[in-house]
Amino acid sequence: MTTATPSRTTGPAPLQASPMPLPTPRGRIGEALLRLLTGATLDPAPLHAAVAAAVPGPTRSWLDHDDLQIALTCMYELHHQGLEGVDDDWEWHPDVLVARSLLERRVEAELRDRVTAPAPGATAADVAATLFATAAADDAPSVSRHLARRATQPQVEELLVHRSVYQLKEADPHTWAVPRLTGAPKVALVEIQSDEYGAGDPARQHAALFAAAMRGVGLDDTYGRYVDHVPAITLAHPNVMAMLGLNRRLRGAIVGHLAAFEMTSSVPNRLYGNGLRRLGFGDDVTEYFDEHVEADAVHEQIAARDMAGRLVEQQPALGPDVMWGAAVCLALDGWWARHVLAAWEAGASSLRRPVR
Amino acid sequence: MTGADEGTHADAGTDAPRGRGPVRVTPCPDGPLLVRGPLELVGPDGVPVPVRRRTVALCRCGGTATPPWCDGTHKVNGFRAPG
Repeated sequence: MTTATPSRTTGPAPLQASPMPLPTPRGRIGEALLRLLTGATLDPAPLHAAVAAAVPGPTRSWLDHDDLQIALTCMYELHHQGLEGVDDDWEWHPDVLVARSLLERRVEAELRDRVTAPAPGATAADVAATLFATAAADDAPSVSRHLARRATQPQVEELLVHRSVYQLKEADPHTWAVPRLTGAPKVALVEIQSDEYGAGDPARQHAALFAAAMRGVGLDDTYGRYVDHVPAITLAHPNVMAMLGLNRRLRGAIVGHLAAFEMTSSVPNRLYGNGLRRLGFGDDVTEYFDEHVEADAVHEQIAARDMAGRLVEQQPALGPDVMWGAAVCLALDGWWARHVLAAWEAGASSLRRPVR
Repeated sequence: MTGADEGTHADAGTDAPRGRGPVRVTPCPDGPLLVRGPLELVGPDGVPVPVRRRTVALCRCGGTATPPWCDGTHKVNGFRAPG
């Protein structure tokens, strides 16, 4: 008899279904896309023209490109909770898919160019050891250490606003991989995802715990509420997750991404929890972070050996993409952390507009 | 009941307990003990420790801040598992 005892009567409320409020476009691609999706025009030509004409910004990166990233956010949202006032038929509309594919190619080409990964090794144990070593060698600046020691309450709010873009749909992009896997790696992925989705208790769903933390610091936990507040580099990570999850040919990369995500979670989340306690927040706010300390110490072991490792044993050709997907996760997290910490060190906000 | 009965027809009912069969313990290299199965954990005072997930990781390095559970500290304290 199992002694698993999820709490069904206490804790945060389960999430309610709600589509993402329509984001504000940040350039010609987004304007043309939203005019099409909302029925303001029936002509897809402006969307295709805007996609073709887009050029990278001063940083030469598509990850910093506000117009491209907000357009991708809208396109991927058609596959998740939908967009407010937009017909669900647009999810598989050829014009949107063509535009999305062209934008994805630019993002993927940049990531292939900028992010390199070690060889995976042949056995599950080799793959796991290489993944753990890669995560350990990552020298990106640490937002969690800043939060533990020095962050102010407004910075805590900013952090939760950034993270809300993904955390209110936590685990969803990786779930796209389930029907693309077979056997042991699939079982391992579902074992992890079951925990992410509350293991039978809607109130224990990680996204629901995050919503409770948002409410606890006085933020609005409405799905997609703060998409307009965050910069492109924040949107880029969940967008890349959706790209890796929705493209079958990238299934190795989404598996590697999840492994790295889990491997870089327990220790930072302990620091986040400590920082929140330092600032006087209670269990309603820290529960999400405390849960991840324990959960992801389990998940990283399952993800490294049983999921990523067994996938590479089963399909060696996917090995390089497993490692690349892991490296992409670390790189995106690092670039985002540099942006946030640089803003804070300059005494500025890391958001595009104030929360209040 | 014979061993051959385990995990066959008896599991078909909707009220069959999950996780039948033996507990499986996997020592993770330089990491925790991963435990799957119908685990019951008792603290040094004899009081049962609530187990909130189907698969748990028990600390093996001694450095965890959340005993008996692993919190990933083995990755930063240089723990090397014996054997």
